Amino acid sequence: MADYSVEIQDVVKYHSATLAVDHLSLEVRPGEFFSLLGPSGSGKTSTLRLLAGFERPDHGDIRIEGRSMRDVPPNLRPANLVFQTYALFPHLTVFDNIAFGLEMRRLSRAEIDPRVSAALDMMKLRGKRDRLPAQLSGGEQQRVALARALVNRPAGLLLDEPLGALDQQLRQDMQVELKAIQEQVGITFICVTHHQEEALTMSDRVAVMNHGRALQVGTPQEIYEAPASAFVANFIGVSNGLTGRIVTITGARCTVSLPDLPTGPTILARRPAGAVEGSRVTVLLRPERLHLSQDVHLNGFENALPARVSKAIYNGNEMQYLLRLSDSVSWKARVPNSGGDRKRFLPGEVIFVRWNADEGVVLTE
Amino acid sequence: MSPSDPSTTLSDHSPISRRPTWLLLPPLAWLGAFFFVPLLLVLAISFATRGTYGGVEWTFSFANYVTMLDPLYLKIYLRSLALAVATTALCLLLGFPLAYYIARAPARWQGIWLLLVIIPFWTNFLVRTYAWMFILRTEGLMNTLLMGMGLIEHPIEILYSDTAVLIGLVYGYLPFMVLPLYAAVERLDRSVVEAAWDLYAPAWAVFRRVIWPLTKPGVIAGCILVFIPSLGAFITPDLLGGARTMMVGNLIQHEYLVARDWPFGSAISFVLMGLVLLGMLVYLKVERARQGDETVSWAGGDRQ
Amino acid sequence: MRGRRAWLLSASLADLVFLYAPIAVLMLFSFNASRLSATWQGFTFQWYRLLIEDVALLAAVQNSLLVGVISTIIATVLGVSAAVSLERVPFRGQRVVEGALLLPLVIPEVMMGVALMLFFVLIKLPLSLVTVTIGHAAFNLPIVAVIVRARLHKLDPRLEEAARDLGATPWQAFRRVTLPLLMPAVLGGALMAFTISLDDFIVTFFTAGPGSTTLPLKVYSMVKSGVSPVINALSAILVLVSMALIGLSLALQREREGQK
Repeated sequence: MADYSVEIQDVVKYHSATLAVDHLSLEVRPGEFFSLLGPSGSGKTSTLRLLAGFERPDHGDIRIEGRSMRDVPPNLRPANLVFQTYALFPHLTVFDNIAFGLEMRRLSRAEIDPRVSAALDMMKLRGKRDRLPAQLSGGEQQRVALARALVNRPAGLLLDEPLGALDQQLRQDMQVELKAIQEQVGITFICVTHHQEEALTMSDRVAVMNHGRALQVGTPQEIYEAPASAFVANFIGVSNGLTGRIVTITGARCTVSLPDLPTGPTILARRPAGAVEGSRVTVLLRPERLHLSQDVHLNGFENALPARVSKAIYNGNEMQYLLRLSDSVSWKARVPNSGGDRKRFLPGEVIFVRWNADEGVVLTE
Repeated sequence: MSPSDPSTTLSDHSPISRRPTWLLLPPLAWLGAFFFVPLLLVLAISFATRGTYGGVEWTFSFANYVTMLDPLYLKIYLRSLALAVATTALCLLLGFPLAYYIARAPARWQGIWLLLVIIPFWTNFLVRTYAWMFILRTEGLMNTLLMGMGLIEHPIEILYSDTAVLIGLVYGYLPFMVLPLYAAVERLDRSVVEAAWDLYAPAWAVFRRVIWPLTKPGVIAGCILVFIPSLGAFITPDLLGGARTMMVGNLIQHEYLVARDWPFGSAISFVLMGLVLLGMLVYLKVERARQGDETVSWAGGDRQ
Repeated sequence: MRGRRAWLLSASLADLVFLYAPIAVLMLFSFNASRLSATWQGFTFQWYRLLIEDVALLAAVQNSLLVGVISTIIATVLGVSAAVSLERVPFRGQRVVEGALLLPLVIPEVMMGVALMLFFVLIKLPLSLVTVTIGHAAFNLPIVAVIVRARLHKLDPRLEEAARDLGATPWQAFRRVTLPLLMPAVLGGALMAFTISLDDFIVTFFTAGPGSTTLPLKVYSMVKSGVSPVINALSAILVLVSMALIGLSLALQREREGQK
């Protein structure tokens, strides 16, 4: 019966008068690393708290391993939460923190000790077992929090912004490590994050959330390559947009006219499903997929539009350019600084922005 | 830490001065003359003996301290201790849920609830004690109501009993318990409580294993704040207890003003002060140990 | 969770009823027409009228105000100077002085009362409003000092350093920078001292002589002679006065926050 590890069925949750979760339905498969990605206030943390049982849905149901969690308090749910601030018990040692859940389930010492020791080993915390949380570094605290939840072998591990409190370097290391741990233990992970790179790197599937709804659910590749809406596209970093109308359709491609730009040019784009000639569409492009040149020729690219450089920002490994395509259309472009022969452009300069038709994401309205 | 942490300021480099500024002299002189000298006087007189017509004869003996071991006086001491302990326990029992509720209420409600706790605390103690006389006396409100409802046939004699004193003491000192408890619960990280719950702890275990150990400093502070004035209480046993239920405070007053045995009164007050200071010392020890702990155990936690 | 909150709320409401019902009942029955009965016999203002006509009561109020104002001034001046000198450069024996300053706050009030009485009798200073005032100043001094020092501790010492850097003398720096920032705490401490002085019974009881009856002493003697609706009326007024004082101190606090 339980094809899914965790199911959220048409859940609605109000916080006083505000709608936090709006008829949300999601299914998470056993052993999956599933991320809820969204800005703050999108309902992702509320969803996690509903799963942990700290809040009750106003409507709908949550099932874990097929069992309804409607009237099950947090201490009886087979799910454990890794808190954003870790919430380690400050008065207990690392060992006692990790043993807490097992003690509460009244396991015998003979069972608890080896399980906690194994968790300490897996998290490389062996030498820290008698320390208090405050004597640990941020990264160590986070591993204790993980161990404290994982040692219970929950049906689902819930992670609230697990990397949010770490610094940049540690964060990138932990992304890899967290994924490795998840594969090793084979437990379903449900992770809340507002960080798109984190979600895309670690997850098997991602749900992009806004206003309490899941706007798109899919693999990182699906989300990245084919965002289903302007919000999703924007949230995962596709920030340059143009609106126009389809003039002709040839096979999988179409020509789009752009009345917003002064010369009224046309560009080549992928044909969105269901689009016909005359459909209004939005073409979205990633800043890092644009090629800038002073050369007017296409040089193998399928599209080129003129733009004026309004700002050039040196950012270490890359240059960021703010470009004006018209009075109302501004784009961003990011160009790596790697090649020594890279030409830098100066504010005021007129250049050409070039890209291939397949780089653009096309949304119909 | 706050910007006023002395280690971060320039004045840190100035040498420790050997003498305080002259500004300290006037307040110290005042307290010296009108607090410490009188206190030493009490100590000195406690070793003297009572003169024939009251007053003091300057001999040196421990007679007054020996007299105190008389069961008559020991009983009063024990009653005071028992009442103070009972008051502290009841205040804790009543105060903890209230403090917890306030600390977990939305911020704008917290202010209102705290104000409601503080108002009685600022209201004249005599008035608050009188209120219970009005309610508890034989022809008082409680008996009138209970008899009016037909629940009892004869009035209950509560006033002038240990029960009345206990009610009065709890009533008088409950705010002293709630305020430090509130501060302790407010500092307690909500997610730590949720974490215990999430880790299979039922309500009682959440309280015993997490909430209680983490709020214990506040509990101790509250207990001290209630215990000290309860032990030395005077007004409450005087008005609600009457002659039958004397506490140490009343005994002292009796010895000074009625029996006019100043040396004995002094000895009693010195023992009372000793008990109180002992309690205070224990508290400071605990507090210091905790703070030593804290610099280790909270410093990291606060920064998250 | 829901059940727990409901349980906590009802326990808290029960506490509130416990705290307020006696005061409310007291105030209500100050309007009761019957002199003796605890049953409602109709509405009257006559107990308040009796209060106003009580000359001795008026004298007691005057005495209380006099003692309150003078002892508050003394305690505030001395308390502020104690706080300031303790919060400045540390000196040898500071811990001892700090402990000594806190002692009056922890010892039983009865003890302080008898000690002062003994002292005054032995130095042959007749018990009067003067001795009462001296005693009040003594127990209020540490209270003011503690409140002011807490505020002083939160002040950024770099402010005074900045003033010195800009050419102010130490006194000017204190006068122009520290003192204005400290003012809300000074006023708050003074208000607290004044309230405590007005309410004090025990120390006053031991240090007052004939003709120096303060309001609490008067209330005590009235209460001792038995329950009467006149005391209810007086209590009702005292409750309202203390509420007004709390309102005032809250206003001061708000100003303090405004200054931050």
